[in-house]
Amino acid sequence: MATPLMEMDNIKKNFGPVIALGGVSFDVFAGECHCLLGDNGAGKSTFIKTMSGVHKPTGGVIRVNGKEVSFATPRDAMTAGIATVYQDLAMIPLMSVTRNFWMGREPRKGFGPFKWIDFKTAHRITFEEMARMGINLREADQAVGTLSGGERQSVAIARAVHFGAKVLILDEPTSALGVRQTSNVLATIDRVRKAGIGVVFITHNVRHAMAVGDRFTVLNRGQTHGTAKRGDIKPEELQDLMAGGQELAELEGSLGGTI
Amino acid sequence: MTDERLKQVSSLRRAMIRPELGAICGAILVFVFFLMIAGDSGMFAPEGIKNWTVVSAQFAIIAVGACLLMIAGEFDLSVGSMIGFSGVVIAILSVHMGWPVWAAIIAAFVVAMAIGALNGFLVIKTGLPSFIVTLAFLYILRGLTIWLSISTTRQTIIGGVKEAAVGDPLAFLFGGVIFKDLFQWFGDMGWVGTFTRGTRTGQPIVEGIPMLVVWAIVLVIFGHFLLTRTRFGNWIFAAGGDAKAARYVGVPVDRVKILMFMFTAFCATVFATCQVMEFGSAAADRGLLKEFEAIICVVIGGALLTGGYGSVIGAALGALIFGVVQQGLFFAGAESSLFRVFLGTILILAVIMNTYIRRLITGER
Repeated sequence: MATPLMEMDNIKKNFGPVIALGGVSFDVFAGECHCLLGDNGAGKSTFIKTMSGVHKPTGGVIRVNGKEVSFATPRDAMTAGIATVYQDLAMIPLMSVTRNFWMGREPRKGFGPFKWIDFKTAHRITFEEMARMGINLREADQAVGTLSGGERQSVAIARAVHFGAKVLILDEPTSALGVRQTSNVLATIDRVRKAGIGVVFITHNVRHAMAVGDRFTVLNRGQTHGTAKRGDIKPEELQDLMAGGQELAELEGSLGGTI
Repeated sequence: MTDERLKQVSSLRRAMIRPELGAICGAILVFVFFLMIAGDSGMFAPEGIKNWTVVSAQFAIIAVGACLLMIAGEFDLSVGSMIGFSGVVIAILSVHMGWPVWAAIIAAFVVAMAIGALNGFLVIKTGLPSFIVTLAFLYILRGLTIWLSISTTRQTIIGGVKEAAVGDPLAFLFGGVIFKDLFQWFGDMGWVGTFTRGTRTGQPIVEGIPMLVVWAIVLVIFGHFLLTRTRFGNWIFAAGGDAKAARYVGVPVDRVKILMFMFTAFCATVFATCQVMEFGSAAADRGLLKEFEAIICVVIGGALLTGGYGSVIGAALGALIFGVVQQGLFFAGAESSLFRVFLGTILILAVIMNTYIRRLITGER
């Protein structure tokens, strides 16, 4: 069997007396979309922050391409090819698409200590990458604030892909979006996966997960409840696992299976 | 997926809609206004121009620092106290302790920038709003300045710097005048009035460009280039726009903010040094209210108080408006207290307009 691009082995994380993660294992292979499902407070955020180098795990091992790593900063994780797109922190709305796209890695030209941003190249590449994601910008220096929520997610995804992400972690990319924008983002995920990138899709929406996911892992109260392959599990079962079982099943019954 | 609801924007509109638009309109308005009410008062004669240019340049020097810091998402209310402090440090070291003036100036810059760094460090480490931290330094520095001045020289005004600075290489950089020959030629050609009596007969009334103005121009160009063209400038916007998002993509937000606090202190010290060299003295009460005047210039110039948006050119225009209004009312013979009424009115009008423009640009609601 191939080595996973990224492997989180028995990750534990405590915040003082609070156990946020009690031994979570998770892995992602090239070209697959591995969905991490969980209700609010399940530890999803803590887990992806550990994956992306924001938090250091209290225990457990992180491996990238089979090699053990330790991330001191988010930058370390990015260098290792782990890119994270956060739900509401993806973009800075007051700044232009180009400035956001290149933030932290601005292309420069000039000589010696006198270097400035090569805006011509930056604009051109931003424009091309956006077009590839299916977004036609009016101009690359328009502010991100003028884009819709789905478009902002796509800019962030395009940015990660352009900078050579091997693993793309998406933190609830669809949770605040309308129907059409959601399908655009899901289509983008599909495109990214087909390009050979391992996608980690965090969501609490089973339908969105079922639409693109290859494998599914459910996180509940800081624990995983196993990983299932596509076709091995029904949406209802996922839903139950997320909620911790019984109660929701009863609730769902009274709502006629609409959640 | 081109959104058919996005209107095509004409290039004229695109050129017009920029952060500085409010300040540009304000500046034009102010000039037209004073050309009308004070056009024949000498305000627009060479000497009058020099008068309000110098005042505007003073505002511009501290506004550049305040502008970059505000865009990085922080305030510095200790700018005014820093001006008094740096001036007194230079005077004590050079006059009282007998240091060469250049060494005193360098020492003042080092101390001021260290305090700026401390300001930034406290803001970053405590997570307190910079408003509070620098408000504390407004008092701490002012108190220290008066204490230092009185405990070493028993007075709050320390003179004798001019005598100490004669022939000093660094002192010229702050108190000197350049293009003297050019202005002498202007005088000879009759474009600039010349003295007709006294020891300076035949010399032009405006003897050249004061270094203060040169500093203002250099700082504005430097600030504008840094902000709009460099990687570091992008980080300044990012740090103020959303520090957390910036951190997540690897922008060293803490470093950017601390450096901007240091730059603000640098600008305050440039202001202080120019003033000390011009007056030949330092006073413990110099720079009073300058922090607010700097912030007003920046806000008139289109910067967002909460950070992440703004323009150095706008701040410079804000400083120009400020200087022209202050000196223009004097030329127009208006009651000087009206200056504040006028200023307050401009401030509100400019901010209303800037808010509208910003919404157009950023799609903010």
